[in-house]
Order: sequence, then C-alpha cells, then structure tokens
Amino acid sequence: MTDFLTLSLAEITARLKAREISATEVATAALAAAEASQGELNAFTAFDRSRTLAMAEASDQKLAKGEGGLLEGAPIAVKDLFAVEGVPTTACSHILDGFKPPYESTVTSKLWAEGGVFLGKTNMDEFAMGSSNETSYYGNVINPWRAKGSEAKLTPGGSSGGSAAAVAAHLCYGATGTDTGGSIRQPAAFTGTVGVKATYGRASRWGAVAFASSLDHPGPFAKTVKDAAILMQAMSGHDPKESTSLPLDVPDFVAAAAASVKGKRIGVPKEYRMDGMPAEIETLWQQGVDWLKAAGCEIVDVSLPHTKYALPTYYIINPAEASSNLARYDGMRYGLRVEGQDLTETYEKTRGEGFGHEVQRRILMGTYVLSAGYYDAYYLKALKVRRRILEDFDQAFAQCDALLTPSTPSAAFELGSKSADPISMYLNDIFTVTANIAGVPAMSVPAGLDASGLPLGLQVITPALDEATMFSVGAALEDAAGFSHTPEKWW
Amino acid sequence: MSVTEDDVRRIARLARIAEPSDRLAALTGELNGILDWIEQLNEVDVEGVEPMTTPVKFPLPQREDAVTDGGIRDKVLANAPSSEEGFFVVPKSVE
Repeated sequence: MTDFLTLSLAEITARLKAREISATEVATAALAAAEASQGELNAFTAFDRSRTLAMAEASDQKLAKGEGGLLEGAPIAVKDLFAVEGVPTTACSHILDGFKPPYESTVTSKLWAEGGVFLGKTNMDEFAMGSSNETSYYGNVINPWRAKGSEAKLTPGGSSGGSAAAVAAHLCYGATGTDTGGSIRQPAAFTGTVGVKATYGRASRWGAVAFASSLDHPGPFAKTVKDAAILMQAMSGHDPKESTSLPLDVPDFVAAAAASVKGKRIGVPKEYRMDGMPAEIETLWQQGVDWLKAAGCEIVDVSLPHTKYALPTYYIINPAEASSNLARYDGMRYGLRVEGQDLTETYEKTRGEGFGHEVQRRILMGTYVLSAGYYDAYYLKALKVRRRILEDFDQAFAQCDALLTPSTPSAAFELGSKSADPISMYLNDIFTVTANIAGVPAMSVPAGLDASGLPLGLQVITPALDEATMFSVGAALEDAAGFSHTPEKWW
Repeated sequence: MSVTEDDVRRIARLARIAEPSDRLAALTGELNGILDWIEQLNEVDVEGVEPMTTPVKFPLPQREDAVTDGGIRDKVLANAPSSEEGFFVVPKSVE
C-alpha cells in the first residue's frame, strides 16, 4: 500500500493544495489499491479508469492555478445507489442489469463540483435492503477487520457495506452512503469509520435509487469527524429537483466539528439499554458519558418511551414505501426483461427473476399492509406511532442538546450467521432506526475495540437542523477516544 | 393477524411477482413471523394522533408550470430492453 492512502481527506487535500503530490498520482494509487482488493473484499461493483484519471487530471490543472474545491483531487467512492452518468448503476439488483443512467445524481454532482474524483461504484445490499451486505446480486462484501486470531469472514454491515469497507481499507478518502434505517451508521460502527446522516432533506435524494422515500438519507463515510463534516458540507444544499429537499442554507459543518462542547447537555436515554446487550457495549457507552462529562458537558437522564416500537413501525412503513417505489421495475423501459406469454406474465417473470428474496419479501409485505382491509390496521397505525416516536424526541430535546447511545447492539458478526432469520437481522438497526423515523441528524463515531479487537461505535443524535451540535459532540468523542486503530492488511 | 399460503399467492399476484411456488411455505412462515412481531404496535395508544407521512415541516414547494427538460428521446430510450425507431417496444397489451 502506498502510505499516503492512509491519510485523512483533510490531510490529503492539504498536500494536494501544497502541490506535494499530484491528484493523478493519488488517483492512480487509489485505483490500484481498490482493484487489487477486489478478489478479497469485493467492495466495488464498477470502475471507470479513464474517467477517474481524467477527473484527477482536471484537478491537477485547477490546483496548479491555485484553484479547487473542498475535495479537490481526492478519490471518493460512490454507493451503487447513486446515478453516475454513463456508469452502471444497479442498486446491486439483477433487475437493473446493464442500466447506465443518462444523468448524474445531485449528491455526486455536488461532490464533483467540489473537486472530488470518482473512484468507483460500491457494493451494497440489493436496493439497500439488508444489514449485512449479503443481499447484493454481486456477492458479499468482506469486512477488512477480522477478530483477533481468526480468519473468519465478517460482515462490513449494510446496506452501504462496500462504501464502509472501502474507507476502512484506505482505498478512498470518503464514500457516499444512504441511511434508511441505519445503513450508514451500522456499517460505520462495524468498520471503525465515521458515518453520518444529516437532517432529512439536507442532502438531495434526486438521482439516488428510491427505496423508502420518507426515510432515505444520503450521507458520507469518512475516516475522521472533520472529514465527515467536509463531505456532508459538500453533499448538502437545496435542490429544486427534489420536493422534500430543505429550502435552507447549509451551516458551516466543518467549523462545527472544531467547536467546543462545554456546557452542552447530553441526554442518555434509558430505553437504549437492551436486554442481552454485550457488557462491552454498556461499558463503552458509560465511557462515552464520562468523556463528554470531562469535556464540560452536563449529563441528563432522558426517556424515549416509544423506542421499542420503532423497528416494528419501520417494518410497516419501509416495505409499504418500497413496494410503491419498486413498482416502476416492470421490464419495459430499462433493466431486465424476462419474456412471458403476455404482458402480465412478462411483468411477473421479470420481477420474479429480477428481485432477490429479501426484496420480494419486502414488496409482498408492503403490498399486504397497503391492501384493502389492512391499510388502517397496519399502515395508518404505523404512521400514528411514527408521530409518537417523533414526539419522544421533541420531549427529550426539550431537556438536552444531543443524545448519546451505542450505534449497534453488537460488533461485526460472521457472514451467514443471521441471514436465516429476518427479524434477527432487522434488530441490528434497533439503535439507529429511530433517527430515520424522526428525520433527525445522527452519526456513528468509532470509540473503541471489543475483546476480540473489533471496532465499536457510539451514536450522537441531535434535533432537526442542528447538525452543528452533532459534529461538535462527535469530534469531542473522537478526541477523547483517540481511536487510531486500523485493520491489519490481509487482502 | 396472519396470512395463509393462498393469501401470499394473492399478494404476489397483486405485486406482479411470479408465484414463488418453491418458497411459498417458507415465505408464508417468514411473513407471519414479521406480522406477529409487529402486533406489539397494538399496545400503543394512538387515539387522536395525526398520521405522520414525512419528517419535513415545510409545505410542498410549487413551481411555475413550465417545461424544464426534454428533447432527449435517444437518452430516454438508451436503456430500453427493446426499442425501434424511437419507440419502446413492449408486449401486446390491447386485444
């Protein structure tokens, strides 16, 4: 590995700006490292070498003139959910075989406008439905982390598993993800990276394959909190093409990541103490409380009484929205078509062969909860409980500025160990899903290792529109934790 | 509430997914497992609560009703499984 690949985004852009290294040199090394990792990690689904090198060359020309954006010259990986013009974009589903979007997603356009260099598309759970990256049509992503003394293959988490693995393995300086129930924060926790989703609507969903629209949040994976703030800054902003995009200016997230947390009130929600949670996670959580207390924060006990209802609520709303969104895949205008005797059979065969098991399960569940006779009992009920969960946050945030919780109920698990039981897989998102339901900012910060040497994360949740406090609390945790572990290279 | 294999067949038909005959029993079991698990929502008092469809607190934006894009027929057709002379080619849908 070339040493400069282990630098942070802030460090490499400073070196690029100082002309100590060229964007072409960085892109060439990142491409080589990413391609060489494929056989073991399988983090990527597509590269476009000539585009990468052309973008790097353009960055070098800008840098030579003393110009350039926030990310100028830094290779960035893109979750396969985001349309990159002319590059295969399949959401890792067979049904989107061969689809090359003739347009660019808003989030990636913004990254390129700030000088980011496209490195490749990253592997993910099919249509972002999964917590282990095992539902991808393109195979599992392998976590660069291994338990001490073991060669067992661990999940990088999901659904944005490829992005998380690519950042953790130092194949890029940042990556995009999407978080619908925890799909950025859970893989970030499993790979020792920083994962962020901002307020719902802060980053545009335009050009990102739609999954559950009222819950989908684009966001970054990064090596440090400051890098995450830079990437979130670059990705955010009002998009007239997206009706739920917030018509607001973007605050200075980078400055926020350097701000003091003295006097901030940190809420500790008692409902996040789960039965059967490993003692190490409980200990780490307490450690986080102590770190923030030492940094001058005031600790407040709070209650979010509807927490236990968040996942069941999510597993009504999410499939309902997914079944509606995925109705567009009919084999007529793009993607896979499997011919049948007539139109209906063509639809049925296309969707039967094109969608994997988890996707079919969710479409069926969504169709059921929206069907006549069940709509009120399931869907409408879930929308009402959703408001109860939002009210929990409103009440908690009347007493505190940020919440501190664990990110996940466990460290990375072995591939295959949870795939037989949908509910045990769904429970991965128990601490993260509430922030999607309420649409509030949340991030996972690597905070320590468990006894087997695997990373664990702490989560910071703040009120809607207050990403600034999230970044400053995240940075305080990062400072205190001094997490500098990195997976030992075996791939 | 729970579903039978016949219900799953009917739902698959509604969703235009070919009948998953080899997995019908397993799928019915999985869906019932999930339905049992979400039954706990009945414990929540939602009397008088307004359904929440979005976390956005702004009204939906409106813009002038004007053409903002278009004239890209070939781009639109570029990903079609089948197209001819500027049209999508689809199975016969009207008898």
